[in-house]
Amino acid sequence: MGAITRRALIRSGLAAAAGVSGLAGAARLAERYRLIPPDYRTLYGIGQTLTYASHRIVTPTASLAREFTRRDISPVAPVNGPAPESDAYLELLEDDFGKWRLAIEGLVARPSSFSLAELKRLPLRSQITMHTCEEGWSFIAEWTGVLLSDVLTMTGVDARARYVVFIPYDQWWDSLELQEALHPQTLLAWGMNGEDLSLDHGAPLRLRVPKQMGYKSIKFLSRIRVVDTLEDVGQGLGSASAEAGYAWYAGI
Amino acid sequence: MVSIQGVCGGSRYTRVARGKIFTLDLRRAGPTGYDRAVHPTLVRITHWTNALGFFALVISGVAILLAHPRLYWGETGAIGMPALVELPLPFVFGHSGWGRSLHFLSGWVCVFSGIAYIVAALLTRHFQKGFRSYSRTRQIAYLGVVFLLFPAVLWTGLAMSPTVTSALPALVTSVAGQQTARTLHFAVAAALLAFAGGHVILVWAQSRAAR
Repeated sequence: MGAITRRALIRSGLAAAAGVSGLAGAARLAERYRLIPPDYRTLYGIGQTLTYASHRIVTPTASLAREFTRRDISPVAPVNGPAPESDAYLELLEDDFGKWRLAIEGLVARPSSFSLAELKRLPLRSQITMHTCEEGWSFIAEWTGVLLSDVLTMTGVDARARYVVFIPYDQWWDSLELQEALHPQTLLAWGMNGEDLSLDHGAPLRLRVPKQMGYKSIKFLSRIRVVDTLEDVGQGLGSASAEAGYAWYAGI
Repeated sequence: MVSIQGVCGGSRYTRVARGKIFTLDLRRAGPTGYDRAVHPTLVRITHWTNALGFFALVISGVAILLAHPRLYWGETGAIGMPALVELPLPFVFGHSGWGRSLHFLSGWVCVFSGIAYIVAALLTRHFQKGFRSYSRTRQIAYLGVVFLLFPAVLWTGLAMSPTVTSALPALVTSVAGQQTARTLHFAVAAALLAFAGGHVILVWAQSRAAR
């Protein structure tokens, strides 16, 4: 090991110092530009953070997920997991969701709730997009509903708002960064392929987030809460999926 | 432990291994001569971080694949739609959470160590010095991996991302759809794995022959 010279030692010392201060600087910048996902402190958090940050830097927030034509609609539309069997959900099902209401709460100017009929009177939006399961399968369908941004415009959003949390009747609560929640393809869908959502596809209302993997498109919606931090929601990782070892950000 | 003494840019190297002294002349040395003697430390480190990252990518890739071991052609594919290939593997659920998380983390490890490898190799003139001493077959294999398989596996991986393709749809339309990208990603990964297997066997055989 006689090959190590003083010059090499000094050089590698300087390189290490530059590396450490560079990392500290990068962390400060990442925080300022909101490039850090809520699950950054999990086992694979470095990977999740690099993916989230690079997508936010490289892809425009407003870019649209690919849309398709009616000819492309798949002959099948599989699902993962059955409809909830909780008493609350079964009770709503009894009168065909007549008593169901979607609550909008948290950092909004006017906390509100909407019945299915009230939502259906808002401007109608349809999208033919791909739903991709993280397992590997996928299908294309036409979803119909109302833009989440239209609903949030009605309730008003506080300037402190940073995330939107989606609470369903099953355990798979999730959240989106505010800009993604206001994206022109983020839909609250009650219909699929020309019919009301079936039970296993998330009746009466599901989220559609076509720029991310299927598991972000939360089914069986009950409440939507606008927040400034996710730290006190569940384990603070941003979603039930993140608590189960999946990435909070699933734009992959 | 192998220590190296030599003049950078020269063609004669002496190495000490297991208490014996070997002198190598690059102009006459076979592939092993170069490999064993003069890979710069930085190139060695990044090569092995890459190897570790690749190993983790394969393990996690298999974990993801087993959730749905069917491959399709076109945009979409699911049970109830015709498969291009039904791999003779069982459907195994419950492992795609850590599988996906590890896949992306090790992908990033390979991205960073790959960049560091290229920079280190350029700085130490590794490509110029080493490459010429390899056989033609080996040159073609290495070029194919670096300029064909690595870009292809990255491309088909990114083509599966709905966010990346929202900004750059040509990434996926050019390969005839998202499920095609998944199928090609699998095929290229299999080719990379075959290369890695051949690489290990050859290097092992040559290091035995050099003893």
